Amino acid sequence: MSVIPPPEKLRISPDAIEEAAKLLYIRALKILPDDIKAGFHRLDASETDGLAKSVLATMIENIAVAERTENLLCQDTGIPIFNVEIGREVELDGWALKQAIARGTERATREHPLRSSVVHPITRVNAHSSCGAHVPVIHIDFVETPRILRLVMIPKGSGSENGSFLRMLIPADGLAGVKRFVVDAAIQAGGKVCPPTILGVGVGGTSDLCMHLAKVAATRPLGTLCADPEGAKLEQELSEAVNSLGIGPQGLGGDSTAFAVHVEVAATHITMNPVAVNIQCHSARRASATFTPEGVEIGF
Amino acid sequence: MTHHTLHMPITEAQVRALRVGDTVTLQDTLFGIRDATQIHMFDRGRRTRFDLNGHAVIHTAPNVRKVAPTGSNQAGYEAVCIGTTTSDRMERFTRPLMEREGVRIIIGKGGLREESARAFQELGGAYLAVIGGAAALETTWITAIEDVDLDDLNPESLWRFAIKDFGPLIVGMDSHGGSLYRGVQERVAARRAEVLAKLGAA
Repeated sequence: MSVIPPPEKLRISPDAIEEAAKLLYIRALKILPDDIKAGFHRLDASETDGLAKSVLATMIENIAVAERTENLLCQDTGIPIFNVEIGREVELDGWALKQAIARGTERATREHPLRSSVVHPITRVNAHSSCGAHVPVIHIDFVETPRILRLVMIPKGSGSENGSFLRMLIPADGLAGVKRFVVDAAIQAGGKVCPPTILGVGVGGTSDLCMHLAKVAATRPLGTLCADPEGAKLEQELSEAVNSLGIGPQGLGGDSTAFAVHVEVAATHITMNPVAVNIQCHSARRASATFTPEGVEIGF
Repeated sequence: MTHHTLHMPITEAQVRALRVGDTVTLQDTLFGIRDATQIHMFDRGRRTRFDLNGHAVIHTAPNVRKVAPTGSNQAGYEAVCIGTTTSDRMERFTRPLMEREGVRIIIGKGGLREESARAFQELGGAYLAVIGGAAALETTWITAIEDVDLDDLNPESLWRFAIKDFGPLIVGMDSHGGSLYRGVQERVAARRAEVLAKLGAA
């Protein structure tokens, strides 16, 4: 009887994670993902308002200027968020991973240099490191692919993050209540959240999970659909609704209020009907590093 | 609709010549101001050594690099990326900025509210919209960080920028009670019922 050797584990050193975290933070701030660039051109092609078209043209010009001058797209360096996906055959020290992400974030801030946009919530003191209690925000998930580790970095801008809304609706409010809440959130956010946006909607779960779903939805690449068919249907309906309000780019009027409305759903309690909105601004920045046995690939 | 080139500082008559929908290019000098700057100036009684009389302020907190101070750059900072933040959070500082400091123009994104519209009308001021999130472009309009005050609040210090061809900016609110934002909000409110009806959520 032959013995099958156990599969070789993918091992990634904390130093490699630190370097990747630093690189991704800076890259995310400078290069907009292809799906967002395509979203801009789609909106520009269909926009009917003259002022809105000129606002979109300035945004599109800014993307090119940022790449040409190797500068940041937006001055808001945001709250650093790292989503980490870990395969089944990956060996790593989770504590060291978290430390390495924070060190990479701090080095990006000091060495580039970047504005540290992170302060203590009570004293308002800025440590000029982009780090603090629970920041960078790190979400860890496990995936089936055996030898893969993926880091997705999202610098979440504050103008759009301040446009966050949660309501614990009740079953009697129905899906109509959910829709009304989303439309009213878009109206209340207006131009403050730097439209055109990706409007993320969480439906179901608990209060905290519902808001997390909204964030997942807001930071999902354009062109992706909610895995739940009822959620996907809602995405389509709400996208059309939000873009018929006339808020427009920068809240100055026009058709291009949102690139899309994205929905994520979770099961909820028989007595509950929670809905949350989290918004991503037009500087919908992401950068990713994918580690495999073949090496590391940098993308979005 | 008219295009205006304004060499800062300006007079009340110059700001009253601006009308919503006009475009403006600023020259020479611009001050950067932010939440913490104004909380300290107006809630905690701190004063600036800068003379803001007749000037424009922009709602910003820049990305900067420390450098050795030079003749044109006494502050010891060089611009990395300078953009604009959401103005709405700083709504209540419009009037004190104008009354106490003599500011004539506020530049930002997303607009200000009715109390600011009244202050612009009564005291002679305007709100100019710059495109939020277009900071790489905006940085090319700034030639130097000339000086800085209240720098213990960094990056929310009070910054003095030297500017060249800063714009075009859109007059979003003027000194005659006009506001592009109010117009859009009224149109959006009027469409809400129809949008909800189509969703079956009236």
